[in-house]
Amino acid sequence: MTTAPTARRAPLRPGRVVLHVFLALTCLTTLAPLLWAVYASLRTYDDTARNGYFSLPESLTLENFGNAWTTGDLPHYYLNTLVITLPAVLMTLLLSSMVAFGVARFSFKFNLALLMLFTAGNLLPQQVIVTPLWRLYRLIELPEWLSDSGSLIDTQIGVVMIHIAFQIGFCTFVLSNYMKTIPHELTEAARVDGASVFRQYWQVILPLCRPALAALATLEFTWIYNDFLWALVLIQTGDKMPITSALQNLKGTFFTDNNLVAAGSLLVALPTLVVFFTLQRQFVGGLTLGSTKG
Amino acid sequence: MTDKTVHEEPKSPAPRGRARRKRATALAGGDKLVLGLMLGIPTLFHVLLVWLPSLGSVALSFSSWDGIGGFEDIKWVGVQNYVDIFTHYPRFWPALQHNLIWLVFLLVVPTTAGLFLAVLLDRKLRFGAVYQSALYLPMVLSLALVGFIWQLIYQPEQGLLNNLLGTADSDPTNWLGDPKINIYAVLVAAAWRHTGYIMLLYLAGLKSVDPALKEAAALDGANSFQTFTKVTFPVLKPVNIVVLVVTVIEALRAFDIVYVINKGRNGLELLSVLVTDNIIGESSRIGWGSALAVILLLISLGFIITYLYQVFSKENRA
Repeated sequence: MTTAPTARRAPLRPGRVVLHVFLALTCLTTLAPLLWAVYASLRTYDDTARNGYFSLPESLTLENFGNAWTTGDLPHYYLNTLVITLPAVLMTLLLSSMVAFGVARFSFKFNLALLMLFTAGNLLPQQVIVTPLWRLYRLIELPEWLSDSGSLIDTQIGVVMIHIAFQIGFCTFVLSNYMKTIPHELTEAARVDGASVFRQYWQVILPLCRPALAALATLEFTWIYNDFLWALVLIQTGDKMPITSALQNLKGTFFTDNNLVAAGSLLVALPTLVVFFTLQRQFVGGLTLGSTKG
Repeated sequence: MTDKTVHEEPKSPAPRGRARRKRATALAGGDKLVLGLMLGIPTLFHVLLVWLPSLGSVALSFSSWDGIGGFEDIKWVGVQNYVDIFTHYPRFWPALQHNLIWLVFLLVVPTTAGLFLAVLLDRKLRFGAVYQSALYLPMVLSLALVGFIWQLIYQPEQGLLNNLLGTADSDPTNWLGDPKINIYAVLVAAAWRHTGYIMLLYLAGLKSVDPALKEAAALDGANSFQTFTKVTFPVLKPVNIVVLVVTVIEALRAFDIVYVINKGRNGLELLSVLVTDNIIGESSRIGWGSALAVILLLISLGFIITYLYQVFSKENRA
């Protein structure tokens, strides 16, 4: 009963019915590729080899997920991703909130130039940076216990660093817009009470930015989780790749077993889907915060 | 104090330093240092890892260097790399053309679809939130993963598409293998992911349109189509610019999806692929790859400046 009229709503009109039918069909079309992957992942190789994929299933099973999990060595790659994503998101938020605080709460002459520098940096295509960055990483020497290559290349630290440097731009922009909306009287009062600049930042402004920080954390988690290029270029050892970049290896591991590929893909998508369904408001809020303000 | 001295800024943070002692707004020495570090460290980090390599690309694009040996092995060759790329590099023009097709396709298809859906959803509607969630969903998937999922659809014999068309058994189209059509097949997948994002941007924009404007237009006898084209759409100009820039950047960055499908060959060449091939590919030609990167940089810079102007001109006035 998609269009049942209620007392509060507009009465049922033919236009509304058409609208609902159209939207429902559009949504179904949008979800179709994912549903198709889910369907393929639930069937056995024998079943689809005999009947083709475009057929009714003989039986449904979760076996492919178990297989993908073990043959693809997914736990290992999930862990690699976690090791990169977690520090990258936290440091990005920390550093960008510091810049945003300085820019939004004090009127320095260079504020606008600084904000533009960060915003423009974030918009550059990664390929513009990647070649010299790769050389630079080879030049920066790290002790043996941090890196078996002896330099920043082929280390997860290197990937974390470029994520932070790159993503600071977007977060600074969003956070400075947000901090500008916080009344100046609040920091003023704290200062009169003798609070240092750092305390004004840490104990007054940051707690008030919680909604914006939550939105950005959600977005940044998704973006860094989904990164493919940085890790692909900066990490050479397959074992150290995060899960998105490791997809390439998985394809080889699963050869032509599409059911396994489908199950593996869904498992890789799972964390971002969970984030989306539980934190959709933050996710959407973060994107609109960054695009329509300012 | 000029804009260039960002890192050593704590010298005179307060606008009128002379009155520092008496006014409560002045900063004490310790505070100045703290503030300087809070601004300086992230800025230094960003400049060092983002802007320095960008300038490095520009410099190295005038060199010939295979990346082996130290900097003393770099030979400076002027604009030779650019001349070679433009005149006899068979992969360049197809790649540039594919990037342009990518851009036009994304500007036409997902933008129109996203705007249309946003207009439909911008009203009190039962299940409106459910529709929105479904349409946003592809946005959270990585482009690499989108490439994987759509391969299941595009496979000649086993894929969903040919089976729906009924051509799977008789004359299957090789959607991703045929260099004449594979770029469009990939673009449909990319557009699938991009549409939800555009819709989200327009929905936010539409919400901020003053309803009084629409009412006034309706009172003057405008129908809903006229109201949209004459009243709502012009007010959406800032959103249009954001959409334009987001789409251009997306089109220039496109890489993951073609790389997982066939490493960006056989009809799927893109500028980003050519750059990357010079680092992790078979040939390590640093100068050459940098020249390609600079071409990418020059194209994107125009749009980045447009965006900065749009976003920050308001703040200048404020």
